[in-house]
Amino acid sequence: MSLDLALGDITRIPGVHGALVVSREDGLVVADALMEGVDGAAVAALAASLAGRMRGVTAVLGQPEPVLLMLGGTEGILLLAPGQSGLLLVAVAGAEVNLAELRLSVLAAAGTTF
Amino acid sequence: MRAIERWVEVPLQTFLSESAARVTLLMTSSGQVVAQHGFTRSLDVMSAAALGAGILASTAELSRVMGTRPLDAVVHQGSAVGVYLAGFDTPRGRWLGLVVFGPETSLGLVQMFFARLVGDLERATPAEEPPRQVLAEDFEDELNASLRTLFGR
Repeated sequence: MSLDLALGDITRIPGVHGALVVSREDGLVVADALMEGVDGAAVAALAASLAGRMRGVTAVLGQPEPVLLMLGGTEGILLLAPGQSGLLLVAVAGAEVNLAELRLSVLAAAGTTF
Repeated sequence: MRAIERWVEVPLQTFLSESAARVTLLMTSSGQVVAQHGFTRSLDVMSAAALGAGILASTAELSRVMGTRPLDAVVHQGSAVGVYLAGFDTPRGRWLGLVVFGPETSLGLVQMFFARLVGDLERATPAEEPPRQVLAEDFEDELNASLRTLFGR
């Protein structure tokens, strides 16, 4: 599946503000589909940093790397799915999103894309 | 962290703590050092400033030859460290920033926080003072004072 199709599958869910494919090592945007007003570069940099730190935490705990990370705020949700090819799939959504649907969609896109 | 211009200190300190950069150098487009963090030898600072200004001048000329817009940033990514070199406009003219960063941070974070540094510097810039006449007898004292500020000697 192409990156654009994978991102499109996520962004068509109501409440999703955008989705990005991010380089895990340098925190740069590889591909994105974002609503206006979403700072993709900042999301990419911070998401890659968060994923790197969580990878460190699970390594210290002797656990495998997580397949999905969720950062929940009062106004929105950030979902991250680390891939095996040095990429990271990121979804930005408002608090009203159907989280179960978003979670399944992100996992499916990450599994078929990376 | 050492700065010739005191108003640069707070924005630069914020950038350093947020980006986790190892070395940072702010200079004018002619290579005159404004502030530095991470260098211990004056020779290294002067060399880095001259080389950084030269690299950005070369890329500006390259973009002129190619007929494109000026290239604002250059990144050298190594296996151990990366170097981010960018030019930006301030109320005091065009400045350059040279940032050396390691694997404890990322290019994306350095770029993001550098953009914030540029905005913070613009907001922190005090009103321009009227130009003073530089007298020959003051020149050496002022030069030595600037070097002491930058290198603590």
